Amino acid sequence: MAFGGPLTITLPADNQVVITRLFDAPRHLVFACYTQPALIRRWLNGAEGWVMTVCEFDAKVGGKYRYEWKAPSGYVMGMGGVVTAIEPVSHVASAELFDDDWTGGETVSTLDFDEESGRTTLVNTITYSSKEARDGALATPMAEGMEYGYKKLDEVLIELASE
Amino acid sequence: MPTATALDATFQALADPTRRAILARLAQGEASVMELAAPFDMSQPAISKHLKVLENAGLISRGRDAQRRPCKLEAAPLAEATGWLIEYRKFWEKQFGQLDDLLDELKRLEALAGKN
Repeated sequence: MAFGGPLTITLPADNQVVITRLFDAPRHLVFACYTQPALIRRWLNGAEGWVMTVCEFDAKVGGKYRYEWKAPSGYVMGMGGVVTAIEPVSHVASAELFDDDWTGGETVSTLDFDEESGRTTLVNTITYSSKEARDGALATPMAEGMEYGYKKLDEVLIELASE
Repeated sequence: MPTATALDATFQALADPTRRAILARLAQGEASVMELAAPFDMSQPAISKHLKVLENAGLISRGRDAQRRPCKLEAAPLAEATGWLIEYRKFWEKQFGQLDDLLDELKRLEALAGKN
């Protein structure tokens, strides 16, 4: 298991989330992992038990991207967007939307890749249409976590029933 | 799940270092406004203002004793707010852990190709 830097999640403005992470790799590789579908689907595969079923990314200005994940329950979560700026290998900006629109409108996401001594700091700034939109988005992985929790509960119930 | 507005009040209340210090002090037990003001270079009214924000966010409660009105930490909203961010963090830690592995693999491939 490789080791990257610590993950930082900050809420600098009431409609923003900033995710910062250090990777022990040059930025052209980190950039590739964020912009090439064959690589994206190798790591962005969602919460425990989820499967990434659609992964498209057209890495050019005006290019579209589309991701879908399937939950163990069969529920499909999808999101898509349009690349609004791209500067290999340092910057990507996009406008995106979840199918279920729990983020309350379009969000703007920027990815900045900064390399130093062969290591890359990624800063992902996500700006939502409002603070309510941000809070809705932050709460979504919680729902996934709850689903995982129910799965664990099922296991416990089966165990208890067999006693 | 906590409501977005409640969480917003929690995060707003936690955004200030003085208020976080007050919460850290209250984690050790109840305290009066005077006791809370002591370690800070602040007037009691200034501290009272911070306490009002914490109280509105449901992070602390004030005792009924009219003289002292001791402040007490209310754990539930704090636990909800952190639990919520913990889930978000856990999600990204898992994804990035997989990205670390993939980057390792790509670095090895590049080394084999003689690029590095």
